[in-house]
Formats: sequence, structure tokens, C-alpha cells
Amino acid sequence: MIVRQLRPWSVALNTPTNSFAQMRRDMESLLERLTGVTGEGSTSGVFPPMNVSEDQDHYYVRALIPGVDAAKLDVSMVHQTIAVSGIRQSPEERGASYHRKERAEGAFSRSVTLPESFDGARVDAKYVDGVLTLTLPKHEAAKPRRVTVQTS
Amino acid sequence: MATEQTQGLQARGARDIATTTEGTRPGVLLTPPVDIFEDSDALTLLADMPGVKPAHLTIDLHEGVLTITGHAEPQQGSNEVAVVHEYPAGTFQRSFTLSEAIDQAQIQATLRHGVLRLRLPKAEQAKPRQIKIQTA
Repeated sequence: MIVRQLRPWSVALNTPTNSFAQMRRDMESLLERLTGVTGEGSTSGVFPPMNVSEDQDHYYVRALIPGVDAAKLDVSMVHQTIAVSGIRQSPEERGASYHRKERAEGAFSRSVTLPESFDGARVDAKYVDGVLTLTLPKHEAAKPRRVTVQTS
Repeated sequence: MATEQTQGLQARGARDIATTTEGTRPGVLLTPPVDIFEDSDALTLLADMPGVKPAHLTIDLHEGVLTITGHAEPQQGSNEVAVVHEYPAGTFQRSFTLSEAIDQAQIQATLRHGVLRLRLPKAEQAKPRQIKIQTA
């Protein structure tokens, strides 16, 4: 019995509640919030996480915004900057007591500046399965173009 | 150290069970954030799984352990180059241990806008009940 008291952590590792795993998770989420660095890649720590990619003709801006009413999503652009904002709210649950609340809720607003200009009149925005995808065609001048070199 | 007082649900993050559960698909295994709340009839669980279509979502109930797995297709086309990369494409997975207070046959699931809503009705004996006091 004395030996068990000297090493309480070996018992804790085998219990279903596993308080050490919970503590590790709490510390990781605290560090994520303070430094913006997650185990799965760096973020700015701001909701929603966004990926921006490009190919020859378009820019693609994708934001993970699950559970939003698409009518309340506000996408606006000026020059080379795209701004996405909205409010994420769960339906009010009367008389409910929360055991766990991990999902971010409330108003959000993020903007991203693209390296080149795009044609604002032909932007396509889709919201499918909680992912907002913006397809932005590049201006002709921003597309790479070959120049033939003439001799003599 | 605080212990959790959840009745009917205990969450085990995907990273805790990494040694026993391995993803069979290549890619990152992500833990979706969840909200769990309870009212008098049922427990409700909301999980953020953006990019997962209902066809790619599996909900497994085996020996009292509920596992939600959602596969999100990679969104980036093959000829696209990343400029800003904040989130990976991957599979969402999380497991929960259900107590007998849940009526497991009546679990309902809906997936809308990337949010999974699981309704776990309480078994009859777990619902709060008023006991009438009879006089004489």
C-alpha cells in the first residue's frame, strides 16, 4: 500500500478518466490560444482557419466555418483584400446544462490580402458542408506569360 | 486535479487513443471540437466536421463506445500551390464512452453545414421523475 502511494501516477494512467491526458489537452489548448501554434500546423489562432492557394488562372480562398447560416455570411473585397465575417450561434437551448463547450461561437471577422490583384466582378463563392470556397480569377496582367525572343 | 462529472459521456480525444487506433487512410487524424449539453430528455452532442459529406461520415457504436469518424476530401486541386496553409485535410475522429443512462437504440444523427448533431435520449430510468407523496 505504501508503494502505491509513492507512485500515484502509474495508477492514474490506467484509469478511464485519465486526468493526465486531460491536463495535457488543457495545456495544449492553452498554448494554442496564447501562441497560435497548434500541433497540426500553424494558425494565427483566429477563427476561421483559412487556406489560400493558387494555380495559373485563379486564387482559391477556403475557410472552415461549420454551422453558419449562409445568408448571414458576409464576404466583401477591396483592392487585393478579401474580408469574411459573420456570426456563429447555436440555437438557444433552454434549460440545458453544458458538460463541455469546445466549439468557438460568436462573431468572427477575418481578412486576407492576396499577392496579386484579381477580377472582383467574376468571383465565385460557395458554402458547402461548412467550407466557404471563394474562386477568384486573376487579372490578365497577373498571369504568367511567355515572351518570344526574336533573333536579328 | 478536476475530475469530470459527465453523466453518460466521457470524451477520449483521438490523441489519447493513438496507440490503439490508427487511421487506415493516409493523412492527419484530427480531433473535432465538441459541445455536449444535457436537458431533461436527452444528451446532445455537436461536433464540428467541416468538409465532411454525410456519405463519408460513420458513427460506430460498439460495446458502449461511440466513435464518430468523418473523412473530408482534400480541397486543394492537384495543380494548386498553397499561399497560406492553416489547416490540413484529414480525417476527424473522436470516441465517447456511453453509460447505461443512454438509450442506445434511439440515437439520432444529423449532419448539416459540417456540424454533426447527435441526440442521445436518456433511458427511462435516468429521466428525472417526480414521486408523488401519498398522505395516509
